[in-house]
Amino acid sequence: MPLSDFQPVIGLEVHAQLLTNSKIFCACSTEFGAAPNHNTCPVCLGLPGVLPVLNARVVEFAIRAGLALECTVKKTSVWSRKNYFYPDLPKGYQVTQYDQPICEHGKLSIDTPEGEKVVRILRIHMEEDAGKSVHDASAKESLVDLNRAGVPLLEIVSEPDLRSADEAVEYLKALRDVLVYLGVNDGNLEEGSFRCDANVSVMRKGATVYGQRVELKNINSFRFIKQAIEYEVARQVDVLESGGKVDQETRLFDANRGETRSMRSKEEAHDYRYFPEPDLPPLHVTDAQLDEVAQSLPELPRAKLTRFTSQYGLPEYDARILCAERPLADYFEAVAQHFKDYKKLANWFLGELLRLLKDEGGSITTLRFTTVQFANLLGAVEQGKISANAGKDVFGEMFRTGKEPEAIIAEKGLAQVSDVGAIEAVVDEVLGKNAGEVEKYKAGKKQIYGFFVGQVMKAMKGKGNPALVNELLKKKLGE
Amino acid sequence: MKLTVEQVRHVATLARLSLTPEEEERYAEQLSAVLEAVALLEELDVSEVEPTSHATLTSSLPREDVTRPSLPPEKALANAPARVGTSFAVPKILE
Repeated sequence: MPLSDFQPVIGLEVHAQLLTNSKIFCACSTEFGAAPNHNTCPVCLGLPGVLPVLNARVVEFAIRAGLALECTVKKTSVWSRKNYFYPDLPKGYQVTQYDQPICEHGKLSIDTPEGEKVVRILRIHMEEDAGKSVHDASAKESLVDLNRAGVPLLEIVSEPDLRSADEAVEYLKALRDVLVYLGVNDGNLEEGSFRCDANVSVMRKGATVYGQRVELKNINSFRFIKQAIEYEVARQVDVLESGGKVDQETRLFDANRGETRSMRSKEEAHDYRYFPEPDLPPLHVTDAQLDEVAQSLPELPRAKLTRFTSQYGLPEYDARILCAERPLADYFEAVAQHFKDYKKLANWFLGELLRLLKDEGGSITTLRFTTVQFANLLGAVEQGKISANAGKDVFGEMFRTGKEPEAIIAEKGLAQVSDVGAIEAVVDEVLGKNAGEVEKYKAGKKQIYGFFVGQVMKAMKGKGNPALVNELLKKKLGE
Repeated sequence: MKLTVEQVRHVATLARLSLTPEEEERYAEQLSAVLEAVALLEELDVSEVEPTSHATLTSSLPREDVTRPSLPPEKALANAPARVGTSFAVPKILE
């Protein structure tokens, strides 16, 4: 039985670091990149006798994510201790939410080749991160850095609704976009602030019972997600095909080899003996709190995309690029207030603006020119004051210096000549000098028309208004 | 409720306790007695009572998301049996 006779079934668990200033239960900084153990205190070091105090922003962010993902936000949720031993977990337990998470039963839409698909979210809960262990620094020791211990995380768990590696990647991208739009997470997979574990099983097509699932860990890029899931699906199909059975286990993705391998050490560790955290009371969320967060929710990526195609009449491709990041979308809308040919405006964004940002650096929030100056430049091109090519030069100069477009046009002598008399004089001169060519043209050799245009433009140093040049040339040539 | 020696061993493993066979026997007996005492509560009808996870804390005020200075690393590492730089050093973790 080939691979195509099996149906992969995938559910994803995402851990997203929240963009708070301080940790979840103490006032240490969450800043990334500090020297080891410089952001620690008695609470996150797990010293005896300390008590956790909840960071209000963490709850706000969890509610924000819950509402954006259409979850039910629970009025009461409970903190629990998850008990296990590991050197980077100083207390010997992780404070998390277990049987009563803050959010349940949400959904997220993704795009698939078959159209829109709704992926159900099982739950979202808050928890503290563990520290970081470094294993390869020496042969005898592992090193532990507790700066990350106590950094707030959201764990977002999907239902097993995904049916291929590509769908899993789509879901993760859509989820990341939402969290980044909400301002609760920076979406960085490589630095580990957005991490993913995948639960993967396969069943024969048409079967109604899921196969045994395997948990994949340590996947830190969209490309690896696809690789890891595809490898694991093929592996499980092989096991079943050769008459074996898939074991329930945790497997680690090895990016260097592109394969997954068993983590035997995890086998006995699954008895976490959860119980309610005695140091933290149940968490209550009020209606007022919910309303306040609901009011402050931004427009989400999908809704924005739909609006960009309808309100501005943009092709989906353009809208997708513009909406990929909220600041870019916001900036487009700001310039669109002043320049109404939205498709042309989108072309400048997708072409010149993104190219300059990529080639010369900088960010959309620190541009040197104003939205009005941007619109004025486009107006100058539109009205034929300067050519489209000259417009690009001026734009580059604005990007680098922040000067007024009018000033740059004047300074560089880029203004286009639109004076009929001046162009006519040049046209007459060119046609006079090339009487022989004019004869040939009139005799039917129409393909040399371009030669006349070239000569006129050359004489005018490229500044002749092309529309007028054409109009006058055709008139004089008797068209 | 009688706790078996196997159950005691399992819990001891999870808690990283190393017990002698005599201790396993003794704890099985003592822990069984504790469980039996607690099991007396099952005689009460609590169908009308909300499960209570916390006896005293009913609510507590969260704090604002503001940072305060952390410990100087010298203090943070003061109790570390071994260290490399400002990292805690522990016996090699294999996975």
